[in-house]
Amino acid sequence: MKQPFGSAVLEAAARLLAPFVLLFAAYVVSHGHSSPGGGFQGGVLFAAGLLLVKLTRGDPSQWEIGPRAALVLACSGVLLFAGIGLLPLAWGGSYLDYDAPPLFADPVAERVLGTVGIEVGVALAVAGIILLVFDALAGWGEPERSA
Amino acid sequence: MTAYAPVLIVVVPLTAAALVPLAALVSGRLARAVALLAITAAAAAALAALVAVLEHGAMRHRFGGWPPPWGIEYVVDPLSGLMALLVAGFGVLVAVYAGPAVATAPRLLNGAFHAMYLLLLSGLLGMVLTGDLFNLYVFLEISSLAVYALIALGSERATIASFRYLLLGTVAGSFYLLGVGYLYALTGTLNMADLTVRLAPLAGSPGVTVGVALIVVGLAIKMALFPLHGWLPDAYAFAPTPVTGLIAAVMTKVSAYVLFRVLFFVLHPAATTPDALALLGWAAAAATVAGSVMALAQADVKRMLAYSSVGQMGCIVMGFALGTPLAVTGALLHILNHAVMKGCLFLAAGGVQFRTGAARVPEYDGAASRAPLSVAAFTIAACSLVGLPPTAGFFSKWYLLVASVEQGMWPFTLALVASSLLSAVYLFRVVQRAYFGRAPQETGRARAGAAELPLAMLVPVALLAAAVVVLGLLNQAVVTQVIASALPALEAR
Amino acid sequence: MTGTWVAWLHYWLTGGLLLVGLYGMLAAPHLVRKLMGMNIMQTSIIIFFLGLAAKTDATLPIVPTDDPAPAAAAYINPLPHALMLTAIVVGVSTSGVALALILRIHRHFGTLDERDLLSKLRE
Repeated sequence: MKQPFGSAVLEAAARLLAPFVLLFAAYVVSHGHSSPGGGFQGGVLFAAGLLLVKLTRGDPSQWEIGPRAALVLACSGVLLFAGIGLLPLAWGGSYLDYDAPPLFADPVAERVLGTVGIEVGVALAVAGIILLVFDALAGWGEPERSA
Repeated sequence: MTAYAPVLIVVVPLTAAALVPLAALVSGRLARAVALLAITAAAAAALAALVAVLEHGAMRHRFGGWPPPWGIEYVVDPLSGLMALLVAGFGVLVAVYAGPAVATAPRLLNGAFHAMYLLLLSGLLGMVLTGDLFNLYVFLEISSLAVYALIALGSERATIASFRYLLLGTVAGSFYLLGVGYLYALTGTLNMADLTVRLAPLAGSPGVTVGVALIVVGLAIKMALFPLHGWLPDAYAFAPTPVTGLIAAVMTKVSAYVLFRVLFFVLHPAATTPDALALLGWAAAAATVAGSVMALAQADVKRMLAYSSVGQMGCIVMGFALGTPLAVTGALLHILNHAVMKGCLFLAAGGVQFRTGAARVPEYDGAASRAPLSVAAFTIAACSLVGLPPTAGFFSKWYLLVASVEQGMWPFTLALVASSLLSAVYLFRVVQRAYFGRAPQETGRARAGAAELPLAMLVPVALLAAAVVVLGLLNQAVVTQVIASALPALEAR
Repeated sequence: MTGTWVAWLHYWLTGGLLLVGLYGMLAAPHLVRKLMGMNIMQTSIIIFFLGLAAKTDATLPIVPTDDPAPAAAAYINPLPHALMLTAIVVGVSTSGVALALILRIHRHFGTLDERDLLSKLRE
């Protein structure tokens, strides 16, 4: 299924929608610590925005995030999460105990920063994984194999 | 650093699982080095934690600094420390053993194998250490998802076996989750220690009964308790040998350990626990006999060992069902012993297959002359599984036998004896063929001239065979140092 | 919870949904249908948990900054929602793995009917 679903209507709609989907993804991620939303939802939206373009424009779209890049995205998201989690251990805190490192005087600021960092990590990981799942299932990631 | 061991044991392999695919983009060898390093670090942390716990008592780690019951806590006590060491130690041995297999199969080298392997280990370690019922569900699913992928790395048939396991495993996870939901609805807590306190006044309520039943059924599927073992033989038989070695040794054992934890620590005030245990006991007695009989009927060695696992899981659950300190001691000791001996059997059988290509019982004719060390390890582990002194298996079976006689549960005694005799038949026919069968003419598949096995495969097999004997000789120390600490909760019942 | 039967309606519907999913997994011979049954079963458990969170006369658990002493009874319980977000993630991952396996099975065996596949597994 390498053929895009593109028609004039779909392409025009996708062009209009995709930037807003991505922007909304960023909004959902950045508000996750104080209102409904968060890394998983934002990451799924981000991946959905990219997949919308992929589906309408076909494989070599300009916004292509290939399987390799998606893998790097997913792994670095997990590493960001784990890194933020492990950081407090160096200052005698617990795993994910955001206000243990004495980086800021205000513990509330530290907690907010830690939570947002975690959310960004989750969002990257989820977006990468969703893109990878799509590539694996659509067979677009492996050009040699005949579907 | 030891103070952080409870969290590092789980987080290090989990983090490394994300690092391995990145390292694999550079080179496969780098990915393998990262994986080995992480598993070894986890095993070292588990060892350090166990030593510290035996000296100073249980260690706890609160995630995010939140005190339980609001936050998630990880608990290392002597028993969970021993289980963590068992899982991580097996992780190291099997990862080393997998070296030659990985080197000959390029598709295993692209990082997927090692990433999944690390995820499986961190899932199992998390299940062992967590003190939170929902967190346990998450780790259960992490380990399950990783193992579906690992099984599917085998032959094409393994994909079908893996899919069937995926369906059953998801049913198991869902039942467990639903059971946790009932307990949460009744008590408003997910922390194991807190739940014990809050369940006490609710003893006998129908909600608790449903919750306990769902959790027990879910875990029974994961530990392949007869008659819920349908996924196990195909999954074990078609998975790559190193994967089979690891999951046969530790995966069902971790579920058995969780069942012990949940039934005896979390739910013991609930009046339904004895009923659940009585039912489990009869299922287990049937499992012991049925598993052994099915094993007898198999011609494929891996499949035979898989059915044997079904039978041996029955022995473990039977010990839980008897419920006396003696029986539970035997069951917990059998978890440890069976992990070591079944791991040894699978890895040794893999070694014989690597050397001679023999996968079925008739093909073992004369294997001892071509793969003497693997067959010797197989024989030692087989003696232990049958229950010959002074190997490890004798002692755990002895505890179970004495306990069943003391309780006057003659059907259980008979089932134990029958399973031992049957396992002697199905294992020693392999050993007999290997030593006394006439070797066929040297076939093209045999790698003549070279050493029996690559060192990376030989050392884990030899270490496990040695461990079977050493555990047998040191069983008293394991019981008094580790298992005895888990028993006071029983006597309070 | 001891209200009229209406108060228990969601409970019975959830149970029914669980059984529908299980039946699909057991009875359907096609692997994709089995997977759909599995997803229905998981969804029923998610709805069960969300039902636990519900309270009458309560609102979304977003505590406004101008509420100095928030009363727990005024907000629905957010914990089951958080738990089920995790369960949804697990469901997505399981479906992803299952679909990948189904693709591989179909590429190699050319069928997704369980009876055919089992006979090929045994030969």
